[in-house]
Formats: sequence, C-alpha cells, structure tokens
Amino acid sequence: MNKKILSNIFLSTLYLSSFTFGGGYVIVTLLKKKFVDELHWIDQQEMLDLVAIAQSSPGAIAVNGAIVVGYKLARLPGVICAVLGAVIPPFVILTAISFFYTAFKENFIIQAMLNGMTAGVGAVILSVVYDMGGDVVKEKDPLLIILMAASFIAAYFYHVNVIFIIFAAALAGICKTIIRKLRNEA
Amino acid sequence: MIYLKLFWAFFQIGAFSFGGGYAAMPLIKQQIITTHHWLTINDFTDLITISQMTPGPIAINSATFVGNQIAGLPGAFFATLGCVLPSCLFVTFLSWAYNRYKNLSILQDILESLRPAVVSMIAVAGIDILLPAVFPSGSFSFLPGQVKLRPVLYFAAAVFLLRKKKKDPILVMVLCGVAEVAAQLLMPGI
Repeated sequence: MNKKILSNIFLSTLYLSSFTFGGGYVIVTLLKKKFVDELHWIDQQEMLDLVAIAQSSPGAIAVNGAIVVGYKLARLPGVICAVLGAVIPPFVILTAISFFYTAFKENFIIQAMLNGMTAGVGAVILSVVYDMGGDVVKEKDPLLIILMAASFIAAYFYHVNVIFIIFAAALAGICKTIIRKLRNEA
Repeated sequence: MIYLKLFWAFFQIGAFSFGGGYAAMPLIKQQIITTHHWLTINDFTDLITISQMTPGPIAINSATFVGNQIAGLPGAFFATLGCVLPSCLFVTFLSWAYNRYKNLSILQDILESLRPAVVSMIAVAGIDILLPAVFPSGSFSFLPGQVKLRPVLYFAAAVFLLRKKKKDPILVMVLCGVAEVAAQLLMPGI
C-alpha cells in the first residue's frame, strides 16, 4: 500500500512537472484535481491550507506544492518522491538545452529568434507586474504602497541587495502584526 | 571549490524567493550576474526566455542551466540541489507545524508585506531585460540612432496581444521571435 502511494506521488509530480506550462499556480491546481477530486486522499479544506503553505514558503511554488502533498500522504519518503518527480523533468530538459546552447547561439536564425523574443519577454514580465501591482494597490493599505515604492527606488536607483529588501519588507510585516496585536489588547 | 559556490548561490536563491514564479528572477540575476559573473546579461535574457518556453520553475531551470554551463553535470546537480533544499526544509517544517497547530496567520501577515517588495523587484528585473533590447546604450535616450525601432514595435504588439486580446504569453513571445527572424531574412542590414 505504502509503495503504491509513493509511486503515485512520484508519477503524478513527474507527469505534471513535465507537461505543465504556465507556472506553479497551475501545477498546484492540477495537484488538487488529482489528489482531492480524483483520488480523495486529501480533503478540500486541508488542501487549501496546504496550498497556502506552499505559497507562503520560499522557493518554486510547483516544488513546494509537491512537498506539501508528499508530506501529507507519506511524510519524509513522500517528500523525497515528490521533489524528485518535480525536479527531474526541468533538470533533464535544461541539461539538454545547455548542452546545445553554445552551438545554437551561433546560429543566425536562433539568434534572431531569441533577440526578437526578448521584447516579448519584457512585455510578459511587465504585464505580470501590472497585474500584481494592481492587486497591491487595490488593498488600499498605505503601508503596502509605500513598501512597493520604496522597494522599487532601492532596487532600481540604489541597486540595494535583493535579500536586504526582502528582510526589510518582512520586518515591516512583523512590526505591523505586533502593532495590531497591541492595539487589539488595549 | 566551484560546486560549493554553485550550491551556496542557488541555496540563497531558493531560500529568499518568496512568491513563486518571477519572484526568483531578481535573486537569480543578482547571484549569477552581479555577484559571480557566471552569465552575461544576454545569456541571462536567453535563459529567462528559454525558461518561459519550457515547463518547470525559473529557479530550477536556471540552476540546472548555469550549473551545466559553469561546471558540467555535477555542477548542475549541486546547483539544483542547493535550489530545492531550502524548500524541502522550510516546507516540511511548516507542514509538520501545521499538522500540530493548524494555524498560519503570522506567516500570512509577513507574506502580505513581502508581496509589494517582490512586485517592485520583478519590475526592476523586467526593465533590466527590456532596456538593452530597445536602447543599444542600455539606458533611456531618444536621439535618432539610439532607439532600436523593431523591438519597440514588438513590445507594443506584445502588450496589445497580452492585455487586449488575452493571448497566451508563450504564443506572444514566439510571434516576436518569428517577426525578428522574418525581418532579418527579408531586410538584411537594417
């Protein structure tokens, strides 16, 4: 039985990681479909909390999503199977690409293709930023907007180390939590 | 020891990229371009483009790619291991804590204030990719000869297709690439 669960975890994450374009959020949705809706191994409410853990943790959401499901179903052996399944496909694909990259790069057509795509990638990234930034503004919390502006200025104009900015923002979040707690008690 | 360097660089990327997806990009850029000079900005841009076209998270893709480029297959192994290890430790610990206490509120408060910072840093990384593509000098300048016209057109067309027509990002990027190939074949020298 345990072996069946482990192989199921491994094969599911392997399959999803090989064929899912569009990032971690899509994979998390598909994991839910597989383990909640099809197999009924995890209940709906608990899956929501597991997804929250995956999204609040550092690292790739797809890998984190695989880990929470693996841990829930089979503890540490489950985590190992889930991580292997999630990591093997990109590892194999990018190793192959890296192997051919130097030769590819010299090719006139590929070079033109990659050059043209740069403008498209820039548009895709800034479009994502527009949506995410819009969500932040919608919260109507001045602290969040100040944090967003300050981080931009620090990163763009002063080239402040990314890790410092993350620490500073986390610290602001902790202060906010403490202040709210103190107010509630008063 | 290059394996240790790769491991540690990607360990930091794995440990500090909150928010998934593009959130890792500013960290990757800082580690592999600013700190270690493992890739040029051109190679980095290609890597991000390739990451968009293949399944798998940007951070894992970058670890495998950079590791391979710098130190072959063992390099890829250690870089990728470094990249996923923080996730394994952190998420397993949280899953364990959740099983015991069933409470996530403090974490979610912290995450809420991280999000605006992450948005800004992704914006900066996006600008750093876009500017060299449009301005040969790498900074804003609208003098004649200082703006590459075709990338501006691709960018405008891509924004239109993404925002107004809700087209798939991969399709939009491929179209930009195909347009540039056609332009160079049909009008060489321009």
